[in-house]
Amino acid sequence: MHRVLGDRKAVLILLGPALLVYSLIMLVPMLWSLGYSFTKGNTIEGFTGNGLENFQHLFTDPAVRDALWFTVKYAVVVTVGQVVAGYLLALLYVFFLKKASALVRTLVFFPVVLPTVAVGLLFQKFFQVAPQTGPVNSLLNAVGLDSVDFFGSAGHAFWVLIIMDIWRSMGFYAVLLFAGLVDIPEEVLESARLDGASGLRLIRHIVLPMSFPVLMSSLIFSINGTLKVFDSIVALTNGGPGNATTPLTLYMFQTSFTYSDYGYGSTIALLLTVVCLMVTLVVFRVSRRDLTEG
Amino acid sequence: MAIDTTMKTSGSSSGGGRAPSADTGRRPRRRRPGRAWVKTVVALLLVVEIYPLVWMFLTSLKSNNDYLDNSTWSLPTTWEWGNYTEAWTTGNIGLYIQNSVLAVLPALALILLLGTAAGFALQVMVWKGRSLTLLIFLAGMMIPPQMILLPLFTVYFQTGLSGTLWPLILTYTGTGLPLTVFMMATYYKTVPRELFEAATIDGAGILRAFWTISVPMVRNALLTVGLVQFFFIWNDLLIALTFTNDQDLRTIQVGLLNFTGDFGATQYGPLFAAICINVFGTLVIYLFLNQKVMKGLTSGAVKG
Repeated sequence: MHRVLGDRKAVLILLGPALLVYSLIMLVPMLWSLGYSFTKGNTIEGFTGNGLENFQHLFTDPAVRDALWFTVKYAVVVTVGQVVAGYLLALLYVFFLKKASALVRTLVFFPVVLPTVAVGLLFQKFFQVAPQTGPVNSLLNAVGLDSVDFFGSAGHAFWVLIIMDIWRSMGFYAVLLFAGLVDIPEEVLESARLDGASGLRLIRHIVLPMSFPVLMSSLIFSINGTLKVFDSIVALTNGGPGNATTPLTLYMFQTSFTYSDYGYGSTIALLLTVVCLMVTLVVFRVSRRDLTEG
Repeated sequence: MAIDTTMKTSGSSSGGGRAPSADTGRRPRRRRPGRAWVKTVVALLLVVEIYPLVWMFLTSLKSNNDYLDNSTWSLPTTWEWGNYTEAWTTGNIGLYIQNSVLAVLPALALILLLGTAAGFALQVMVWKGRSLTLLIFLAGMMIPPQMILLPLFTVYFQTGLSGTLWPLILTYTGTGLPLTVFMMATYYKTVPRELFEAATIDGAGILRAFWTISVPMVRNALLTVGLVQFFFIWNDLLIALTFTNDQDLRTIQVGLLNFTGDFGATQYGPLFAAICINVFGTLVIYLFLNQKVMKGLTSGAVKG
């Protein structure tokens, strides 16, 4: 019956080019990179094998420990922040603004499409203390507080980073979750209201469980992105002060291109890949289990 | 107005669940509590989202002394539109934008062409091993790009591609394919297979049916996926930073990042003008096509 749709030559013509490009750019380099992690050197000077030395270094390197810890801390805080802020916005759109929400949705979505580098530079100037007192610090001064050097201490820089990335992306998660909330049938909400559920109870017992699948997709989407954070950190703090805001991605980049150690760089990239795969698998398992129960 | 359509389509996709009586029933009940509270929240939200952009634009029109000496809230004392010409020519932003366009557009075209064909082959056509192949493409979405940078750098260096924009075009195409293939395959799910069988019985080859029948049918999906990919590639920093060692090859993002060091360290007006050009350029594209982006997000494959 599916004779024409099973035409092997046609499959090859349609799928071949994409599979070829994908293999050459993604799959082969991935395995190749795996090979690099047993070597020392770089493209210009050539590579020499050094067995498991990179892995021994990886497990004892304090910079790796710091970068890994920062990556996890950042990913958890931003993911929770993005999804919670997005969910609150989606609730606002659906239950309070209703049909008037189109304009608000569009405006809150603005920062999502903006280049991260531009946003990073903007926030740098917005939070700066010198040479000019930026808006945030002049606001602090106006209410009688002293200026804060936001990029001078690790704690402050971390929170500016968090604020920026939530500011940047909450509009995206709001639209995504909004789509899930709109799909909840009106009868269900109405009958719950008739039963006396309202406000927080309605959200807790009806809305939250019913939007659980789309909440989970948002979570997977978000954690997958935040573990790989690079652009916003390079543009805002470039890993500083010191290496206080350096995630694995940036540490890998610096090791490879600033210190020209491709072998160790590949080993760090491998660690990052393993972390990404593990987290994705765990989140996926959890969400599947809950979905089948629900 | 544009997004209103989105609401209706999303609403009706719940299977006509929205009875008109329910709608009129809940309107008066909602109007009473906390109208002022909602307005305050929305106003605050909009200030937080929009004010930084307004501040940035106003600052881009200030002279250096105006920026350093006067309050950060004040309007420019003189409106220095010259900051923009300065950024564009002396700051090389014009060249950087040209590089970005020359790298992004070919990559985008390749991604869409190859991705759509692969999506069709994986979803509509019937053959052994297609779900495994789709899974292999899916795996690519989880791989961090750091994992492929170093080998690619070696290859581009040794084949002599390094002084051109080809490394960017090729890498963007490869990294953009997984999401595109996945999304196109999902969109093809909604097109019944029988349609193509009927077309091929009428004498058209399956390749012809793909091009003349299926591609026009997924036109909207192509636009959505194209836009999502455009923003991904246009805003990319990591790949551009890795493969553009030549100053004349910098994309807009790399150029902007280095702007502070090269030129804008003490030239605040042109620096802000450069950021503005980058931001408002993207914003114009978004506003122009916003309806499609929103529609694609609310009804598309990302939703899961």
